[in-house]
Amino acid sequence: MPILTETMRQEIEAYTQRYATRQAALLPALHLIQRHFHCVPLAAIEELADFLGLHPAQVHDTLSFYGFFRDEKHPLGRHRVWVCRSLPCMLRGGEQLLEDLCHHLGIQPGQTTSDGSITLEFAECLGACELAPCILINDECHGPLDSDTARNLIEKLRQQGAEHGI
Amino acid sequence: MEFEPVLLRHIAVPGIQNLEVYQAHGGYNALHQALELSPEQVVQMVKESGLRGRGGAGFPTGIKWGFLPKDHPGPIYLCVNADESEPGTFCNRVLMEGDPHQVLEGTIISAYAIRARVAYIYLRYEYGKSYRVLQRAIDELYKNGFLGRNILGKAGFDLDIYIHRGAGAYICGEETGLIESLEGKRAWPRIKPPFPAVQGLFQKPTIVNNVETLACVKHIVERGPTWFRSMGVPPDPNNPRDLGSFGPKLYCLSGHVNQPGCYELPLGIPARELIEKYGGGVWQGRRAKAIIPGGLSMGFMTAEELDTPLDFNGPMRVGCLGLGTAAVIVIDDRTSMVDVLYNSCRFFAHESCGQCTPCREGTAWMAKILARIRRGQGYLDDLDILLEIANGIGIIPGTTICGLADGAAWPVKTAITKFRAEFEEYIRNSRSRQASILAPLTTH
Repeated sequence: MPILTETMRQEIEAYTQRYATRQAALLPALHLIQRHFHCVPLAAIEELADFLGLHPAQVHDTLSFYGFFRDEKHPLGRHRVWVCRSLPCMLRGGEQLLEDLCHHLGIQPGQTTSDGSITLEFAECLGACELAPCILINDECHGPLDSDTARNLIEKLRQQGAEHGI
Repeated sequence: MEFEPVLLRHIAVPGIQNLEVYQAHGGYNALHQALELSPEQVVQMVKESGLRGRGGAGFPTGIKWGFLPKDHPGPIYLCVNADESEPGTFCNRVLMEGDPHQVLEGTIISAYAIRARVAYIYLRYEYGKSYRVLQRAIDELYKNGFLGRNILGKAGFDLDIYIHRGAGAYICGEETGLIESLEGKRAWPRIKPPFPAVQGLFQKPTIVNNVETLACVKHIVERGPTWFRSMGVPPDPNNPRDLGSFGPKLYCLSGHVNQPGCYELPLGIPARELIEKYGGGVWQGRRAKAIIPGGLSMGFMTAEELDTPLDFNGPMRVGCLGLGTAAVIVIDDRTSMVDVLYNSCRFFAHESCGQCTPCREGTAWMAKILARIRRGQGYLDDLDILLEIANGIGIIPGTTICGLADGAAWPVKTAITKFRAEFEEYIRNSRSRQASILAPLTTH
């Protein structure tokens, strides 16, 4: 039983039409796969390689370069929360915010809460420095935030069982 | 004379993201005007305007376009660099979210000028709102004949625009790293030459331009190169390499200021005026200790250097790498430069792509040494070691393929030369504190 569904294959095929090579559809395809599985499973790497005419190692070479993708041993929780630690946010308390959220959730950056609701990450500049310190929840930016407001935002996310937002 | 905004003129107009509203405010007039001209005439206008790339390097856009081979059978590609990730920089996001059609109009005109039939907007993944706003605007354009085949009835002018979302890597903002990433590979910058204009995406001639640069093109076509040159700073007669800094610029202001934000001003505004007049001054009644003139990689200016004009040439005169993205980060007098420099080194160590050894090792070791200094285990000699590393990595000493390492080196060089006394004091004090803690534990 293939892991990539027919619908996913059709969507990936549509991406390939935009580019001169099939390999160029790799990033859009990996995003699609990760949205679906909350990670990029090994079986998906093999099937995607086959589908795009690449070696699995080529797919892995690309996906492992980008900090964005997760392997099947480290799947994402339902929501991914990025806390910016770059200079403009640091100057306005970003590092403290990250530490407070780690403490609140009982996890380190990169880890997921045991209920599977939140994956916490540190981010390099999110490009919202006028909102420093800011955090990105899935792909929506919020700021400026103090620790209490950030905690409340995250607790609200944990309550709702919503599907993965990424 | 009060400056009238150009790029942000319609940013607050309700519904300007919709094609109809955008057109009601004169939108796409420039495209109609451009289609009356030949592509060569549009290139000529951009050359005459003196427009320089807004993405960080400040390379003249018209000259870049001129590098394309003549009479190439195609395809020629246009890549819009929307991978804005230089710390402190957010003006492309403001443009894309606030006035997407302005960016797209500039893109369509530029594609016409360079004879590109496909344009890719390489957008960093973190910009979710930009993605949704731009995609919606692109869909509107297809429906109304502004994209697709024979655009606006102009026979033979075809263009498709696709958004290609990145996956979280600073290096994708380097133009050949961007191209590699678009091709589905790791974003390792290419050795140049060949430059992208000759051999770029899919080995075809390719132009990579920043979002703000393309937005400027729309206005140059609409109002002419002379109008564009009426703003900014003419070339410095004492510097034969200065090409002048013309046109409006989006300055991003962040850090310890009262009103952080994106401000549009003519190129060349002094840093002090930007901070005092537009940013409402340094926060909490404090003073600035240092500022960064154009994104983290440009290095530091001291409080005494605040009257430096922020044009392409100004920051270089005080030892900075350049104007960069014109993202000004203000650091107040209660902040430790050791902490600031550690943050900078950690960023570049994290974002080095790992291709060139001097950058991969140099950025990592600079971060490790700064971390050790912060733990109170620094030596005064560390400062010279940091300078030695910083002087040895990058394009300027000729040891790497791309400029990331120069960007990593400049904050180190400028911080340690301009704030050396503070670093020395930090190291001495922390060492003596540590010695007193350790004393009872040692037997000799």
